[in-house]
Amino acid sequence: MDWRELIRWERMPHILCPGCGNGTILNVLVRALAEKFEEGELDPDKTVLVSGIGCSSRLPGYVKLDSLHTTHGRPIAFATGLKLANPELEVIVVTGNGDAAAIGGNHLIHAARRNLDITVICSNNYVYGMTGGQASPTTPQGAKSTTTPYGNPEPPFDLCELVMGAGAPHVERWTTAHPHQLKQAIHRALEREGFSFIDVLSQCPTNYGRRNDMRSPREMLEWLRENTSTEDEPGKIRIGVLRDEERKPFHERVYELVEEVSGDEEGG
Amino acid sequence: MSEKVEFLQGNEACAEGAIAAGCRFFAGYPITPSTEIAERMSERLPEVGGVYVQMEDEIASLAAVIGASWAGVKAMTATAGPGFSLMQEHMGFAAMTETPCVIVNVQRGGPSTGQPTKASQSDVMQARWGSHGDYEIVALSPSTVQEMYDLTIECFNWSERLRVPAVLLADEVVGHMRERVVLREDVEVVDRELPEEGEEIEEPFPLEPDDHVPPMPVFGRGHRVHVTGLTHDERGYPATDDPEVHRKLVRRLCNKVRKRAREIHESVGYDFIERESDLALVAYGGCARTVLEAAEELGATVFRPKVIHPFDADLVRKLLDGYEVLVVEMNLGQYVEMVERALDAECVHLLGHPGGYPPTPERVIKEAERIQG
Repeated sequence: MDWRELIRWERMPHILCPGCGNGTILNVLVRALAEKFEEGELDPDKTVLVSGIGCSSRLPGYVKLDSLHTTHGRPIAFATGLKLANPELEVIVVTGNGDAAAIGGNHLIHAARRNLDITVICSNNYVYGMTGGQASPTTPQGAKSTTTPYGNPEPPFDLCELVMGAGAPHVERWTTAHPHQLKQAIHRALEREGFSFIDVLSQCPTNYGRRNDMRSPREMLEWLRENTSTEDEPGKIRIGVLRDEERKPFHERVYELVEEVSGDEEGG
Repeated sequence: MSEKVEFLQGNEACAEGAIAAGCRFFAGYPITPSTEIAERMSERLPEVGGVYVQMEDEIASLAAVIGASWAGVKAMTATAGPGFSLMQEHMGFAAMTETPCVIVNVQRGGPSTGQPTKASQSDVMQARWGSHGDYEIVALSPSTVQEMYDLTIECFNWSERLRVPAVLLADEVVGHMRERVVLREDVEVVDRELPEEGEEIEEPFPLEPDDHVPPMPVFGRGHRVHVTGLTHDERGYPATDDPEVHRKLVRRLCNKVRKRAREIHESVGYDFIERESDLALVAYGGCARTVLEAAEELGATVFRPKVIHPFDADLVRKLLDGYEVLVVEMNLGQYVEMVERALDAECVHLLGHPGGYPPTPERVIKEAERIQG
């Protein structure tokens, strides 16, 4: 399938700012999905995108699949109902750092703990972009935002460590400066059974870069390339496959139980 | 006729009603005095091939229920005051996205943590107005354990017919009481209208006619629809800057319920016991039990609605115009406000009785005698 068939062209132009990292994430996501559909590994009619509120959460609305644009922070909770009620569905959550790590942090860790079989793509641009660039739980300490004009006094979350601590079996971190690797990561996430989390470090030149000495998208992408490494290097953010294990997904345990109990009922 | 007679607690009867109505998904969070519903569902759902999940909070519970509904499965949650407050955001989301779902609220005293183990009817207005924005829901109030069963089924049926969240507005009295209940199995079960599988739908959310209930293009059937809580046009796409789209959308969301108020009242039913008297008593839910007794003793007319929302002002006028009306409720006055709007407000009186128990028949009689002075 050509990825162009997956775009709701009638909705273009999109609402994202020029140079926004979410454009790269949308690009990579639809290409990965088109390849999976082409390979026959996924059925487009059984693939659902779910999102919360924020810039990144607008992405599903541009993709021609079933999609649920929900409330702030809650897409993973909605996804829990979708996946458990119909395990045939391939459920992908597109979320952001504010959506997933602040208001939705509770749902994130519990879905990881349950090992809900969904893929979570978190566009992590350090701020609340949609509302104009306020500090979020991933804003680096000392960084400027509209609500930390003197520098952020709070330490940030490492979202990958957070979900690994909660039990997520498949966790990767990439950046919008690594689109090819990101596409492969999405492929892996769709293949894995269980909770897959991809932390995508992304640029918000409009609301983060310009307050932190990186006015252009190019400068921000260079920063992402220079300050990340697939090896453990001091002073650099670790990217790559951080965990890749197998654990039985939640819906399988639930349906085994249902089968056992309902089978007993019929037998009895 | 296929039926089973049991001696059950109201909350257990509610769970049985849900199963009979076709509910196959429950997401919830423990809270007094509703917890027995979750416990019963966790036991019963796997027996009938359904899924029970205990979520991390009430916000997530209603979110999961809405997700399950979009996966094509009838779904329910159960809670009480504080949990109902947390669910309000998703009541609005369900209304906006036209998602059938059932929310049971076994009311307890509030505000805040209030009286966890005591009865109340103080969420009557929250059930309708608790979320922000213009919307309508269906709310039904049971007075007996039998009605915990019957009205749970009605909640599912009206929720499926109208694609709205439906609230079983119960209270601790009926939730924890034990009575004989007939578990009818030949109940009428309504399923949402679905478009043909695979059909491409140009306009999944038509704006007109203004009381229209469109078929529900549930996920996984090839419709490829976008569903959003933002103001959306006919295609389901965000149209937040268009005042006309917003007006038409919220008008339809309200009118599809409001214009069917009489139909809902007649289908669900109500008690109207007419006696030769200038006095009419009005009560609903657990509180109606003592009021019915008081009315008999007083020789007064009595109206017991089962449908709390949508309120049918014409019906109330038709039944109660010309009476001195005494509304009795376990709060400081909520349903009474709707009655006042329907009738000559000077003829409408309130016995507001918060505290955790319905007023005794003697208390109701004393109040009736006082207003008749």
